[in-house]
Amino acid sequence: MVPILIGRIQTRFFLIALVGSLVTLVLVPLLPLSYRDAFVVLLAVAVIGIGWELLYHLLMQFRWEKDWPTLFGLLTGVPEGLLLWFLLKAGAVPLIGAVPPGWAFAVHFGVVWVAVWLAANGPMRVPFLRWRFRGGRLV
Amino acid sequence: MSGELTSRLLESPLWTDAMVHESGIEVRDVPFVTVGGGIGSFVTVDYLRIAGVPTGQIAVLSNIDHPWQTYQYLTRVSQIPVPERIRSDSSSRPDNIWGFPSYALSEAWRERSVRPLLHVLGEPIFADYWTPRAGAVFASLERESARIAYPDMLVKGVVRMVRRRAGGGYFTILTPPAGTTSTKRVAYRSRFVHIAVGYPGLKFLPDLQAFREEHGDFHHVVNAYEPHEHVYESLKTAPGTVMVRGGGIVASRVLQRLMDDREKFGLQTEIEHVFRTFVTGSHGPHRWSRRKGGHGFAYQGFNYPKSVWGGQLKAKMRKLDGEERAAEYRRMGGTNTPKRRRWQQQMQAGRDGGWYRAYRGLVDEVQPGNRLTSIVQRDDGVQRIASDFIIDCTGLEADIADHRLLSDLLTNGGAGRNPLGRLEVERTFEVKGTASGDGALYASGTATLGGYFPGVDTFLGLQVAAQEIADDLARRGWAPRLGPLRSTAQWIRWSLNRPVEGSASWSRS
Repeated sequence: MVPILIGRIQTRFFLIALVGSLVTLVLVPLLPLSYRDAFVVLLAVAVIGIGWELLYHLLMQFRWEKDWPTLFGLLTGVPEGLLLWFLLKAGAVPLIGAVPPGWAFAVHFGVVWVAVWLAANGPMRVPFLRWRFRGGRLV
Repeated sequence: MSGELTSRLLESPLWTDAMVHESGIEVRDVPFVTVGGGIGSFVTVDYLRIAGVPTGQIAVLSNIDHPWQTYQYLTRVSQIPVPERIRSDSSSRPDNIWGFPSYALSEAWRERSVRPLLHVLGEPIFADYWTPRAGAVFASLERESARIAYPDMLVKGVVRMVRRRAGGGYFTILTPPAGTTSTKRVAYRSRFVHIAVGYPGLKFLPDLQAFREEHGDFHHVVNAYEPHEHVYESLKTAPGTVMVRGGGIVASRVLQRLMDDREKFGLQTEIEHVFRTFVTGSHGPHRWSRRKGGHGFAYQGFNYPKSVWGGQLKAKMRKLDGEERAAEYRRMGGTNTPKRRRWQQQMQAGRDGGWYRAYRGLVDEVQPGNRLTSIVQRDDGVQRIASDFIIDCTGLEADIADHRLLSDLLTNGGAGRNPLGRLEVERTFEVKGTASGDGALYASGTATLGGYFPGVDTFLGLQVAAQEIADDLARRGWAPRLGPLRSTAQWIRWSLNRPVEGSASWSRS
């Protein structure tokens, strides 16, 4: 992908809101996790993500092509997931009811991450024809 | 035969309906005319058809039968046969305006293999960029061409000129094949014209041009973009030395062919490779602007840094004019080639074996004789280098004024040049200075290189242009704007290979 900074942030919010929510609606009944807590986690991925995107944007400047390879989009889920987990354990995430078991968090976060990543790498272009030519900007 | 261009028409930059009528030239009315009929015309028409424009509203004026014909010819002679892979990103598909599914996904599906997908996942870190096979590109274009009823819009002939029409719009003068029409010329009267005529022509290196003209030798000194199979055939019958000039993708292709043949047929071919600019490593002004390079080459996956097609560089260039824009083109420009693992291995073997010699040099002249002698200024002085053949891989392009249609636009149509000397276009790809009433004249492709959008002469660049043009036509109230719902519905039709339909909102006649 060849994102610009504002495009990264817009795409993250949009896909977490749409794809992340759909995945969460389906997954929660299968996990020891309340809807409220699951959606707080989603919101945290989006909000903390602004900081991550700033970092990714900075790192991307060292690349001549100013691109963000597909694999990076997948692997960045690891540090993002770990940081969020530590924040949850430290009680630094507001609005959360009960911290979910580690495995449930990992399944929820992991499935949402992969689904969002897959959507961003193809299907997103079908309704939003101009999106890929505008660095990921939707508006 | 009546219907010839009169001197009054030739001399006047603005034509009235009466003037054309007087000449006896047959007039045909179509709202949108695209000139060229190559990939540039095709992707533009594809976009408009998917947006809902009926075939009757579009005419493609072209001297080729299929949009991929010229491209296919150029890839074949420049050593990319049908099974080989071209230099284009997986999601740059001229037969699919969405770029999804990508070529890699289609290939994975067709061959029931996850390998293309794993390759794309690992690129460009763990693998070279995945690129599609030339044959797959042609086959998919053929399918899409039939789906949008492209042949119904195609009119064969040579376009002589486009002139503005008094009252708005344009006249496009077509010379159809002799005997197919009642008049020698036909005038297409349209509100919109799109010009995508491709490369104005090949240009040779000056010393090679001089040699060919002076000695009439078109056998030993060839351009990589013209048929030159005889060079490879000759090397199979007798050992020889080939001088390769240039450091771009075509030089890489030619080297691969020479080295493949050497390996496959046990040949003794020796290669002298002359670079005008010899890149020895990473280069660029600062840490955030540095491109990889080595052994003479500047390395880059595609023709431009990837973000020109949608990211940071696209956004940046869109704001630049004049000298600032030219400077940005210089910063990211320059001849380059992908760093492919196979090519690296072959060249290393050649250097180790002493049969591949690459260096910086400026060639003063080429002299004839039993063998060709190039007088080369090298870092360590002037040298005389002998070879049996010289292959010019520099891919220099002729000036746009060498193309008759473009030259007429510059002289009579109000068009001007951009900081790189080509056609100056707006961000919408309308050619600046050519507006005519409520009509507009657009151009895309290599003739517009140097504009607000850099990657024009590529598959994806042509699609970016097509989108800008289609959106501009929608703003002018002519074509329907392609929104998320119709886009999705049309994508489903594409997937099922169902023909496109006109939009329900199409009410213009």
